[in-house]
Amino acid sequence: MALTTPRILHSGDAAITVDFGREISNDANQRVLALDHILTRHAIAGVRETVPTYRSLLVHYDPEQIGFAALAERLNTLAQSHVQAEATTRRRWRIPVCYGGEHGIDLEDAAAALKMTPDALVTRHAGADYRVAMIGFTPGWSYLSGLDPALALPRRQAPRVLTPAGTISIGGAQAGVQCLPGPSGWHLLGRTPVRTYQMHRDPVFLLEPGDAISFSRIDAKEFAEQDRAAEHGEIIAELLAS
Amino acid sequence: MSRLVVDIVGPATSVQDAGRHGAQRYGLTPSGAMDRWPLAAANTLVGNPAFAAAIELGPLGAAFTARDGAVRLALCGAERPAAIGSGAIALNESFLLAEDETLTLGVARSHVFSYLAIAGGISGEPMFGSLAVNARAGLGSPYSRPLQPGDVIPAKPATIAAERRLDLPRPPEAPIRVVLGPQDDEFGDAVATFLNGEWKISATSDRMGYRLEGPEIRHLHGHNIVSDGTVDGSIQVPGNGQPIVLMPDRGTSGGYPKIATVISADLGRLAQFQPGRPFRFKAVSMDEAQAEYRAMAKLIRALPDRLQDAQQGMLDLDALFTANVAGAAANALDG
Repeated sequence: MALTTPRILHSGDAAITVDFGREISNDANQRVLALDHILTRHAIAGVRETVPTYRSLLVHYDPEQIGFAALAERLNTLAQSHVQAEATTRRRWRIPVCYGGEHGIDLEDAAAALKMTPDALVTRHAGADYRVAMIGFTPGWSYLSGLDPALALPRRQAPRVLTPAGTISIGGAQAGVQCLPGPSGWHLLGRTPVRTYQMHRDPVFLLEPGDAISFSRIDAKEFAEQDRAAEHGEIIAELLAS
Repeated sequence: MSRLVVDIVGPATSVQDAGRHGAQRYGLTPSGAMDRWPLAAANTLVGNPAFAAAIELGPLGAAFTARDGAVRLALCGAERPAAIGSGAIALNESFLLAEDETLTLGVARSHVFSYLAIAGGISGEPMFGSLAVNARAGLGSPYSRPLQPGDVIPAKPATIAAERRLDLPRPPEAPIRVVLGPQDDEFGDAVATFLNGEWKISATSDRMGYRLEGPEIRHLHGHNIVSDGTVDGSIQVPGNGQPIVLMPDRGTSGGYPKIATVISADLGRLAQFQPGRPFRFKAVSMDEAQAEYRAMAKLIRALPDRLQDAQQGMLDLDALFTANVAGAAANALDG
C-alpha cells in the first residue's frame, strides 16, 4: 500500500519542510520520525541537519551541494518508503516527577478544571506511555505525544513569563518536559530533577525525538536529593531499554 | 598573551561567529552573527578564517584597551566614528592597537551592527563548534552572555605586518527578497498585502526576531498552527497581523504560520536596518534565491583575493561590480 505523498514546502533557500499533516496526530509524527530515522542512516550529501516536529521534518541543507529540486525529489521518495514506527523507538526512559505543591502549582486547578481529584490526575498522567514527538522552543524542551485524552485542557489565558527548570506540564493535547526556566502557557503539574540538557555532561542532550517515556512519582525529599545529584552531572533518568 | 579589555560597552554586543549547528533537533538555536558579510570581511582583514569568532557590536558606543601587548584589529559593518586617541580609524582596514592604547567607537550613524575582528581570533571553549553567545541557553565563550565592562578577551600578540584594506561594494537600495512559504497558503489575498506593503522595523526587535510594523496581515484560518521548524529569516505572523522576521537567536520551532522566508543573501542587509526605516519585500523564485546564496558564498571565499595594501588607492569599484561573482550578489550587500 502506497503511503500518502507529503507536502514539500519552501522554507527559504537552505531548508525544506516535509509536511505530513496540519494536525497533531500520531500517524503524522511517526512518519516524521521515520523519515528522520532514514536520513540519519542514509545521509544525503549536502544535508546539514534535520529538525523533527509533530507534523513535519525540517531539512536544513547547503544549496552549494544540492539544489532544491533534486533534494525535494529524494525526500519525497524516502518519505514514502515503509519504515515500521517501532523501528524508530530506540530507547525507553523512566523519568521521576515530584507532583503538586510548590513543584506543581497548577495541579489542583487543572484537576478541578478536568473534574477529577489531583490524585486521579497524577495517576493518569504518570500512568501513560509517551513518546518524544519533538524537541524545540528552548534546549531540551521535549514535547510528548501519548497524553490521556481525558487530560486535554486549553492552555492558560495568561502565559507565565517564568516557569521553573524541569517543569512537567500539560497544554492542549500535549505533555511536556521542560529543561530550562522560561515562559510557558501550559499547566504546571510537577517538576523532575532530570536535566534533558546539561552543557558539560555527556550526553549534553538526554532525549532524542522518538524516545519512549514514562513517569514515576517521587516525593519532595527525593526530588531535593536527586536534584543535587543531577546538578553534579548525574543523569537520574532510568534507561529501561535501548 | 595580549588581551583586549572591555572598558565601555552598550547593549547587544557579544562574541559571535557562524553559529552552532547540528543541535536544532534538541531545541538548540544556532545563534551566530546577525550580518555574516561584515563578519567575514573583518576576519579576512586580519588574516582569520571568514567565520572566526569576533565581537558583534550593537548600535551604541564602546571602548576597548589592549593590555600585555599590541593587538591587530579590523572593524567592518555599520558606519560609526572610531579612533585611537585623536587618530581616526577607517572602516574596512586593519590596524594595530598598541599596548595600553584605547580604541573608542561611537554610535552607529547608519545601520546597526559592526564587527570587530581580532587577529588570531578569540580563544575560548567552543560548544558544538562555536563560541557564539546564546544567552538563553547559557552558551558562548569566553563569556556566555553579552559583553560587560571589565571583560577580558584573550588575543594573539600582534606582529609587525602591513595593514590591509578591503573596498566593499555599496549596493543601491533594493527590496528585501523572500521566497514564499512554507505556510503562504494560510494567508490568501494577504500575501499581496504583505508584498505590496511598506514595512518598518519596530524598536522592540532583538537578536531573536525583528518585529515589523505595517499593514495588518490577516490569516484565513486563525493564527495557531501545529508547531513546525523555523529557519533564520522565517517570517511568522502572530495574531496581531504584524510579522516577525526570525533572527539567529530564534526558537527552533514556532506555532505561528510563516508567510515567507527572507533569502539568505538578504538577511544580513535586513538585520542592519535601523528601527523606523521603511522598506519593502519582493518575492523571488527558489532558483534565484539559491543562485544568490551560491554567489554570496563565492564572494566571501574570494575576499582574501580582494585584500589591498592599506596605503594603496581605491580599488576599481566598477571592476568589482562587473566581476562575474560580485555582479550577481552585489545587490545583496549593504556595507
